[in-house]
Parts: sequence; structure tokens; C-alpha cells
Amino acid sequence: MDLLRTVEQDYLKKEIPPFRPGDTVRVHVKVIEGNRERTQVFEGIVIRRRGSGLNETFTVRRVSYGVGVERTFPVHSPRLDKIEVVRKGRVRRARLYYLRDRVGKAARIRERK
Amino acid sequence: MLRKGILGRKIGMTQIFDEAGKAVPVTVIEAGPCYVVQKKTPERDGYAALQLGFEEVRERILNRPLRGQFSKQKVKPLRFLREIRVEPDELDQFEVGQEVKVDIFNSGDYVDVRGTSKGKGFAGGIKRHGFHRGPMKHGSKYHRRPGSLGAKGPARVFKGRKLPGRLGGENVSVLHLKVVKVDPARNLLMVQGAVPGPRRGLLLIRDSVR
Repeated sequence: MDLLRTVEQDYLKKEIPPFRPGDTVRVHVKVIEGNRERTQVFEGIVIRRRGSGLNETFTVRRVSYGVGVERTFPVHSPRLDKIEVVRKGRVRRARLYYLRDRVGKAARIRERK
Repeated sequence: MLRKGILGRKIGMTQIFDEAGKAVPVTVIEAGPCYVVQKKTPERDGYAALQLGFEEVRERILNRPLRGQFSKQKVKPLRFLREIRVEPDELDQFEVGQEVKVDIFNSGDYVDVRGTSKGKGFAGGIKRHGFHRGPMKHGSKYHRRPGSLGAKGPARVFKGRKLPGRLGGENVSVLHLKVVKVDPARNLLMVQGAVPGPRRGLLLIRDSVR
């Protein structure tokens, strides 16, 4: 099992800002359009963080033009340029699926100091 | 063409990222170093093969016939011995005592991996042969049974009828797996996809027949 860890070590990212469910993050994703590469920003609330090591992923939810959009990213993906923590939120559970049933004011999250 | 082979142990599965940034599911195998313990020649044995040994052990855990073989060939005592068939004219390219390491493979190669699958014990028809299940509700009492065993005319059950029984624990080959990465420093081989057997299970890796 330890050997498996050392294999993953080569692929782990070094600088990942600490963030947790409830935080608002800005994810810079590299997208390839034809032969051009550019960075796209996806901003929203982290509703889940799961897995460990190289398998760790997180899900970001945002409401875009009235439609809820959730994207799941591997934390250590080389396609992620940068993760910025915009706002820290205070929440009382690890999986914020209840946000899916709420819109507007009800979907607010208190700020964590 | 020269067929290459090596013995190894399954370490486990994980995922790594390729150049395009895509996650690739891989099985990590600790392969080698192996040693050629014996050469089987057509003259003496009737066929051409290499006997490979893997994983050094203390001499006292081996029995006397095996100790004799290792001391006679002047090879370190090894836990596992497996034979690999080669063409008779390729035998000269190997020597007894020669080391075989993972660097015989390169990333991008295709390999076949053979191992003993996990034993499942006495398994029913659904798990063992992929039978369909009966209804669980609506008054049905026929849930996971095998169904009809055949026509009534022959008054017997034909041989080969798929029924519950022992599943797993048998030799399984997985063909044509891509080698994603080779790490000679740590004797590691990373192969795309799953491989038979439990973690720490013995595997035989050969270059692909396809």
C-alpha cells in the first residue's frame, strides 16, 4: 500500500490552498479549443470534497442564468491552473446537497472568520 | 520475435494523469528483478523454455530439492519459479543467473498479464454466469434460482449445463494491456486497466500476443 502512495506522490500538486465545503472558489480550468489553449474560470460554492491522495475530487456548484451547474474536478488534475478561495463559508455538514433545493436568499452561506 | 516476460506482484490500483491531463486508471505492479534459474532445451527436456525466479527468500524456508537447484545453478534462493516458453534459437541469448528487470518493457508497449483470480467460493448462477434474476415482488418466490435445466425428453441434464459452483481462484489472462509507465529505479510497472488476483498476488507479465 505504501508503494502505491509513493507512485502517486509524483503526480500530487504541491500548492493547493486549503478549502472545504461551503467555501466559494474560483477554479481556473485549462480548456483546449482546436489547437488553442486558454483558461476558463468557474466560480461557485464547494458542495463536496471526496477521496484521498490522487483520487481526491471536489464539486463546485453555481447558478448560471437560473440553471444550477455543478462541475466535479480532480484536485490534482494538471488541467486545473489554479484554485482561488474567494470566500470562506461556515457550514455544519460535509456534503451540501441541500443547496440544490434552495434558490436565492435561502441558498446563502454564512461567512467563516 | 523475442518474447519477453517477467514475474511480479500486484501492488494495487490508482489513477495517474497523462500528458493531455486525462486520468488513466492503472494497476501498479512490482515486477522483478527476476533471475534465469534454468534453461530448458529441446535436447534434454523436449522443449525450449526459460525458468524465471522471483523474490529472494531465506534459504531455510525452501525444501532440499529446491535448495539443491539454486546452489547448483549458483543463483540466490527465490520464492517463485515459473517457466516462459521461448523459441529454441533464442535460448543462446540468455544465460543462467541472468537478471531480468522491468526495463525490458517501455511505456507504450502492450502486455498480457496472467494471475490467479480472487476466489469467490460457491457462487450462484447470477454471479457466476450472469443469469437474470426473478421478480423480487408481486407474489414471486423465485428470486435467484437457475431456472429450467433443459427439456424433459432426454431425461437427464446435459454436461456443461451452467449451474452454481465454485467461482474464481483460477488462472486468468488479461490480454493487450497498455504499459503506461515503467520505473526501473523502484522496479515498478504501471499498466492501464485491471489485472487478476488480490493485492500482493503473483503475476506473470509477457509482451502481448496480439
